[in-house]
Amino acid sequence: MIRYLARRVATAVGVLWAAYTVTFVVLYLLPGDPITTMAGGGLDGEPLTPEAIEALKVRYGLDQPLVVQYGHRLGEALSGDLGTSIQNGQDVRTAILEALPPTLQIAVGGLLVAVVLGGGLALAATSTSLRWLRQLLMALPSLAVSLPVFWVGLMLVQIFAFGLHWLPSVGASGFSALVLPSTTLGLPMGALIAQVLAKSLTTVLEEPYVQTARAKGVGRAAIHLRHALQNAAIPALTVLGYVAGNLLAGTVVVETVFTRPGLGRLTVQAVGVQDIPLVQGIVLFAALVFVGVNLVVDLIYPVLDPRIAKGVPATS
Amino acid sequence: MTELLIREGTPDSSGTAPGSSVALPTPPTRRERLRRLPRFLGHRPGLVVASLVVLLVLVAAFAPGVLAPGDPNVGVVADKLRAPSGAHWFGTDYLGRDVYTRVVHGASLSLQATVIAVAVALVVGGLLGLLAGFVGRWVDEALMRVVDVLLSIPAILLSLALITALGYGTIKVAIAVGVASVANFARVMRAETMRIRRSTYVEAARSVGTRWYVTLWRHVLPNAAGPVLVLAVLEFGLAILAVSSLSFLGYGAPPPAPEWGSLIAEGRNYLATSWWLCAMPGLTIAATVLSVNRISRALDGEWSRAR
Repeated sequence: MIRYLARRVATAVGVLWAAYTVTFVVLYLLPGDPITTMAGGGLDGEPLTPEAIEALKVRYGLDQPLVVQYGHRLGEALSGDLGTSIQNGQDVRTAILEALPPTLQIAVGGLLVAVVLGGGLALAATSTSLRWLRQLLMALPSLAVSLPVFWVGLMLVQIFAFGLHWLPSVGASGFSALVLPSTTLGLPMGALIAQVLAKSLTTVLEEPYVQTARAKGVGRAAIHLRHALQNAAIPALTVLGYVAGNLLAGTVVVETVFTRPGLGRLTVQAVGVQDIPLVQGIVLFAALVFVGVNLVVDLIYPVLDPRIAKGVPATS
Repeated sequence: MTELLIREGTPDSSGTAPGSSVALPTPPTRRERLRRLPRFLGHRPGLVVASLVVLLVLVAAFAPGVLAPGDPNVGVVADKLRAPSGAHWFGTDYLGRDVYTRVVHGASLSLQATVIAVAVALVVGGLLGLLAGFVGRWVDEALMRVVDVLLSIPAILLSLALITALGYGTIKVAIAVGVASVANFARVMRAETMRIRRSTYVEAARSVGTRWYVTLWRHVLPNAAGPVLVLAVLEFGLAILAVSSLSFLGYGAPPPAPEWGSLIAEGRNYLATSWWLCAMPGLTIAATVLSVNRISRALDGEWSRAR
């Protein structure tokens, strides 16, 4: 168990380091220099003098060779310092942490929607004995992932805010303002969960132990919920790790649609003004969340299926 | 993950075991295949509709004048914000421009971006996968770690990071979307290459002294291409969504040019009064993506299974 844990943690740290390197390569090696953007009069409208540009380059360390910059910044990042925003000089870490709470609200809401909708759909589709109903239910997820997320959000606003006047269209105040953004965010993720869970439930329900339980006279619902679901949940759990990382990315579009403050809005603003340290910080944060959630998922596996920790190949 | 998403839920994909061709049947002649086609399509009205939609979108992209002869950027202000009718199928926008014309003309920019995105992903990802699968050892190990990292950054954020560095514009958005989906292609290509590298005919080719690059080009690549091309069609649908998302966020072509995503962004300001401005372009995107996904499912062995 200790070795399993250590290996997982080491992998996670490795992925994070590599993610840092990838973002560094993308943001610092490619053309498009933030100082030049600022020099064009990005902030106060006054074009900067060449001396001022040099001074700024020195201040942000952009005058040094890339390898030195890389080493220097990586060292800072390791100690938790992600640099300062070029746009307004704010500390990147503070900026991210300040934008986080409203984003967390819709992310948790979205996760809830995804699990309830996806789980419910999978359970409904696998427990019905009507062929047409099952086919109809299982066609829904592939429909849901074919719709543009921002469009779904706008249509929900159209119907529920402007048409029926049930919910507010924009803003971040109160519970009712959470419903539409969370639904928009959760729908595609729910579709994913529904498909994976339905597939693994179908497989598990054909296992001999389910037959045994049925022969003993255990009820349908009990078999589904108590016997099958526990084993079928493992592949769905893997997806959950993927889902959590992508919830964060999804807020970029959803927060724009619903004009909510948060990490997604911050990202759009940062990209708009080529705020390289801030963009890098956000991407790294997303990778951290992804890696963190996957680590937790990896730690839950052995609880659900003890064979994994012992190194016995698990049946998929 | 995405493959799973689209493939599941097909009633005909379950229960048929692949690889049950121990006694190889003689390949059907062209005439036999032609005779089978009407029956195959007759059982799949959805596939026929999907093909028609894709055909229409292609016509819109390459010859928009055929479907909508008007100018997408010229409108009659007196006719502004009209609801869909016989004269304006998709209604008109705040400048009186015909939304249908703008959607049709927008197909060319949106599709151009999508094609570039998929091409970038296919070429770069395919080469990486081919290299990893064919060379093996530490090259494989190193390349696959890179792929793992690309997969650990959500695609849209990776695209946004690239846009930060590259700047705005249709082509730049396309490249950003393409690079973000390189990892998927690399993985599939690697798996295919590794499978084929171990096959008997590659071993035979090597044992008679064929050079490695000839083996790669003549034997491995043609046989590995199938699943990768199916993935390309699938990614095409996803790329349409990604490109239109970024265009909706305002990173695509500058305003007067119609792009599917930016059309919806424009319509957003009139959501309360003029529903068609958002609904119509959105439905066009959805129909296109659904159709592409349906076709990719059909390409993925549906023909050979349907015996």
